[in-house]
Amino acid sequence: MIKPISFRLNGKRVNLTTDDERRLLWVLRSDLALTGTKFGCGESLCGACTVLLDGEAVHACSVSLKAVAGKQVTTIEGLAKNGRLHALQQAFLDHHAFQCGFCTSGMILSAYALLLKKPRPSRDQIRQHLEGNLCRCGSHVRILDAIEAVASRKAGVA
Amino acid sequence: MKRRDFLLATGAAGLVLWFPLEGSLQAQETEQTAARPGYPKDFNAYLRIGPDDRVTCLVGKVELGQGAMTALAMLLAEELDVALDQVDMVMGDTDLCPWDMGTFGSLSIWQFGPVLRGAAAEARAVLLQMAGEKWSVPAERLQVKDGVISVLGEPRLQVSYGQLVQGRRIERHLEKVTVKPVSAFRLVGKSAARKDALEKVTGRAKYAADTGLPGTLHACVLRPPVHGAKLQRVDTGAAERMPGVRIVRDGDLLAVLHERPDMATQARQAIKADFSHPEAGPDDTSIFDHLLKTAPPAQLVHEAGDLRAGERQATRTLEATYLNSYVAHAPIETHSAVAQVVDGKATVWASTQAPFIVRTEVARALGLPTQKVRVITPFVGGGFGGKSSGPQAVEAARLARAAGVPVQVVWDRAEEFFHDTFRPAAVVKLLAGLSASGKITFWDGQVVGAGEREAKPFYAIPHQRTTSAGSWQGGNPPGMHPFGVGPWRAPSANTNGFARESHIDALATLAGRDPLAFRLDNLADPRMAHVLNQVAERFRWVPKPAPSGRGVGLACAVYRGTYVAAMAEVAVDKTTGQVQVKRVVMAQDMGVVVNPDGALQQLEGCITMGLGYALSEEVRFKGGDVLQKNFDTYGIPRFSWLPKIETILIHNPDVPAQGGGEPAITVMGALLANAIHDAIGVRLFQLPMTPDRIKAALTHI
Repeated sequence: MIKPISFRLNGKRVNLTTDDERRLLWVLRSDLALTGTKFGCGESLCGACTVLLDGEAVHACSVSLKAVAGKQVTTIEGLAKNGRLHALQQAFLDHHAFQCGFCTSGMILSAYALLLKKPRPSRDQIRQHLEGNLCRCGSHVRILDAIEAVASRKAGVA
Repeated sequence: MKRRDFLLATGAAGLVLWFPLEGSLQAQETEQTAARPGYPKDFNAYLRIGPDDRVTCLVGKVELGQGAMTALAMLLAEELDVALDQVDMVMGDTDLCPWDMGTFGSLSIWQFGPVLRGAAAEARAVLLQMAGEKWSVPAERLQVKDGVISVLGEPRLQVSYGQLVQGRRIERHLEKVTVKPVSAFRLVGKSAARKDALEKVTGRAKYAADTGLPGTLHACVLRPPVHGAKLQRVDTGAAERMPGVRIVRDGDLLAVLHERPDMATQARQAIKADFSHPEAGPDDTSIFDHLLKTAPPAQLVHEAGDLRAGERQATRTLEATYLNSYVAHAPIETHSAVAQVVDGKATVWASTQAPFIVRTEVARALGLPTQKVRVITPFVGGGFGGKSSGPQAVEAARLARAAGVPVQVVWDRAEEFFHDTFRPAAVVKLLAGLSASGKITFWDGQVVGAGEREAKPFYAIPHQRTTSAGSWQGGNPPGMHPFGVGPWRAPSANTNGFARESHIDALATLAGRDPLAFRLDNLADPRMAHVLNQVAERFRWVPKPAPSGRGVGLACAVYRGTYVAAMAEVAVDKTTGQVQVKRVVMAQDMGVVVNPDGALQQLEGCITMGLGYALSEEVRFKGGDVLQKNFDTYGIPRFSWLPKIETILIHNPDVPAQGGGEPAITVMGALLANAIHDAIGVRLFQLPMTPDRIKAALTHI
């Protein structure tokens, strides 16, 4: 049904009037021109479109706008604060934890959701948490290294 | 010649470059002639020095994740003597960049690297000559650092490249400029930070589907349900009645267009279409018989000695047939493109490994001369060979022309699996013999379906013959491969490597020898022996004939001049047939290494990606339909599959830089087959080695 919907996106209020059955991914990429969130499979099977919804990792390709109304959405564009990279972004950069980069936004957001809940996960816990995030280039080892490096620090991640 | 003759002002806006386009190419010219004009000789084609001392490097290669953006910038910065962060890369733009065949075949460094180095070295020499003339100082007294030329002992005399060139085109050229010797490298050989890192971790990196051209409509193309089906009747009424929908038809191409991609997908579902049903072809179980029946006559790949003599010298022979299924590329970014056609000129942003091939394809489809088509390649979200042409770019261009607005085509995952040009299914028959002392006396190999690359064994075998019938490269009899096949990361070599290294291991078992010792005994190439020994040392290989029950194995390969060897440890659950790869140690000798960390990323990527074709990836098909539509049924490697990975780069600066994106993946099939055999005592002759196949093999002992 077409109706007015509002939610907070990367800290800013967004008001839209559109079909509330539409999936968040396309609203982000098309209506709001935030292209850092990627389309990979469309069926919650690859994790490339992972974003945070009220602090939980969700697949934007499968979340309807109805479920987003009134909530907080964080995308890759909202992670760096005041021109400073988030610790996870910096760690991905330092470890070269990507090749083609297409799964990277989803990997970083997925890791962010984990660290919000569990600031010191073990390598195995990181590995389990990322099982639904696919990377075809084979950057897995470095992705684990990058997240582990952040997780082992004293400072919080939020 | 006077200096003013060398430098021709081209205006204050910067150095405007003009590349010799390939004459008056017409669209109807064959791809071969249009796509192979060769690399331009003028160094201006590859580099541009701005008045702000920024150096723009222009290359027809593209960045797929493999790190060419960084490695090529390193080569340019090395030879030009500028800092790496002074270099801005412009890649894969057919209007701005010099021609290139495409980014595949592990050629960027090995083949194109010397071209780029030569251009940069010549530019540096010209700049030095110009500075020398400016100060009347002989070249020997000049030095360059970070693009600033100075005179030894006279610190006040210095000029930057940017000041010297002043935004003009450099018209002077030199003959016979030599590139730096390895010993003079200051950048090459040291790990560098990836130039694409910041954009990729911030989500700012632009891929084809992120082009965001105002007024773009998103197209969903009507697809046949199975390969070979033809559209009979179509009713677009219901779709057309949806708000904002446009139906566009261009010949056999019918698409639904909408401002929002998800709405276009919805509208496509509302189309009612009847398709003809083609005759049933082979399916994924009958394919191997089908390949043997439909293959063209075998071509001789290599022959040496006399097979009969080799057979007479053999005391034991071993014959086996190795199979592998079709494998998908499955990049996370599906085929994507945006096209705009204005005033008889088409501009296409495409996810492709071969912008110049796509330019030809689009020009041909639109009936335009190639100069009227510009292909721009943003970052590519993985290719692996699957983006070596641009069918989605052609679709976008045809629809954009028909619709009169910019059109974006982004294949969904089912389209990506359906229209992929798979790594071909193949049959490899090998027959080999052993002498009483454990030497391979002859090798008779026949490859069907895959192609000939790396089919000839690199072992010292006096009598041998290898033939090949059918290929990933096309030219196969119609219907032999029931859908498109093409290059898949190290084409042919994964298939041939699996067969060769499995067979070598089986011969070692037949000889009762340790598989490493057996290989070293049958190799005459010290470079390979060295790579094998390096791996064995790191792995702490304990010699024992296989099967030893330990679950350890090894394999080695040569691909495009690069040597690879690997050892693995696996655990096999005999009840479930599940394989867990616990550890992989891999060494690579690729000659001079441009960016060591980049090379290691490729090794890690090859190991991880290679787990897929070895253990699970297999295209299932029936009646012309590809049965896998998404990642739930087509299993690519995940985090839980990950072994402990240890990688070694062999120091070998005496050999020029070879390719590094592909070679390492070619060992993965046999590496795991050999380790599995060592674990359970049964050899798997078919890839992928799924739990079902492992269980079946165990019950047939």
